[in-house]
Amino acid sequence: MKAKVHVTLKNGVLDPQGKAVQTALGGLGFGGVDDVRQGKFIELELATTDRAAAEAQVDAMCKKLLANTVIENYTIDIVEG
Amino acid sequence: MKSAVIVFPGSNCDRDAKVAIEKITGGDVVMQWHGDAEMPDVDFIIVPGGFSYGDYLRCGAIASNSPVMQEVKKRADGGVPVIGICNGFQVLTEVGLLPGILMRNANLKYICRDIFMSVETTNSAFTRHYEQGQTIRIPIAHHDGNYFTDDDTLKALQDQDRIAFRYVTEDGARNAGGNPNGSIDDIAGILNEKRNVLGMMPHPERLAEGPLGGLDGRALFEGVLAAA
Repeated sequence: MKAKVHVTLKNGVLDPQGKAVQTALGGLGFGGVDDVRQGKFIELELATTDRAAAEAQVDAMCKKLLANTVIENYTIDIVEG
Repeated sequence: MKSAVIVFPGSNCDRDAKVAIEKITGGDVVMQWHGDAEMPDVDFIIVPGGFSYGDYLRCGAIASNSPVMQEVKKRADGGVPVIGICNGFQVLTEVGLLPGILMRNANLKYICRDIFMSVETTNSAFTRHYEQGQTIRIPIAHHDGNYFTDDDTLKALQDQDRIAFRYVTEDGARNAGGNPNGSIDDIAGILNEKRNVLGMMPHPERLAEGPLGGLDGRALFEGVLAAA
C-alpha cells in the first residue's frame, strides 16, 4: 500500500516561504492570490496490506519524525496498490 | 573538567567547539559519534553547529533520533550541563529538551555576521560570568534561526526567567533593527526548567579567543567550568 502524507503549517504560524511565493506570483501578474501556504508531500511505500495497520503505523511516523506538531499539521491518505 | 562534543554527519562546528573548550577548560574533550550510545562520564555536553543530515526534513529532526541523543537526554535529566549551539539548538528542540522550534529566517536569507545580544539572566551555569543586561557581540551563521513557540510556552519562558539571551542593537536597544531573523520576543537563547540546558543560535565558541576577533563568548564556557 501507499501512504500519502501532507505536512502543513498550522494556522497562525507565519510562513515566510509562502509569503515570498505569493509576492513572486503577484510580480508575475497572477493577481487575486489572497494567501499562499507552503508544505511538504511525502509518499511512502508500505509492506502491509492492512489499511488500519498502515494508518496507525504512518500516524506514529508522523508524530515521531515526519511532522513537528509544535507548528505543523499532517494528513494521511492510504491508497491501494 | 571533561567534555563531550556530539558529532553528526554534517556537523561542522564540532572542531571549533573542541578547540575553544580545550583552551578554556584545560580538560579533555571527547568527540562523541552520534551512532554510539555509549558515552564516557562527562561534566559538559556540547551539541555543535552544522548541517546534521543535510538539514533534511527539518533542521535537527533526523539527528534528534540518533542513538546518542537518548543518552544526552538522560544526562541532561541527571543535571549535566548541555549546550546546543545553532544546529545543536535545533536538535535540542526536536528531541524535546527545549520547547519551540527554529523556523526559516523571516527574510529567507542565510545570515552570517556578528550580532549583538543582551544577557537576560545570570541565573545559570552558562550565564553566571556575564552581567545582567550586558550587551555582547557574537557571530551568527544560520538560515533557520527564527525562534517560534506558542503563547503559553512563551509566557512560561518569560515568567520563569528562562530567556537567556535576546537580540539587541549595538547600543543594547530592543527593536526590529537588532533582531536578525524574526525570532519571537527577540529570543536568541533559552534555558530548560532546570536551567542546565541552553540552546542558542549565536556561536560563542567562535569568539572565545583574542586572535579570532573577540572574547565575548569566553565567559559562557568559564561559567560552566566554574560550576563543574
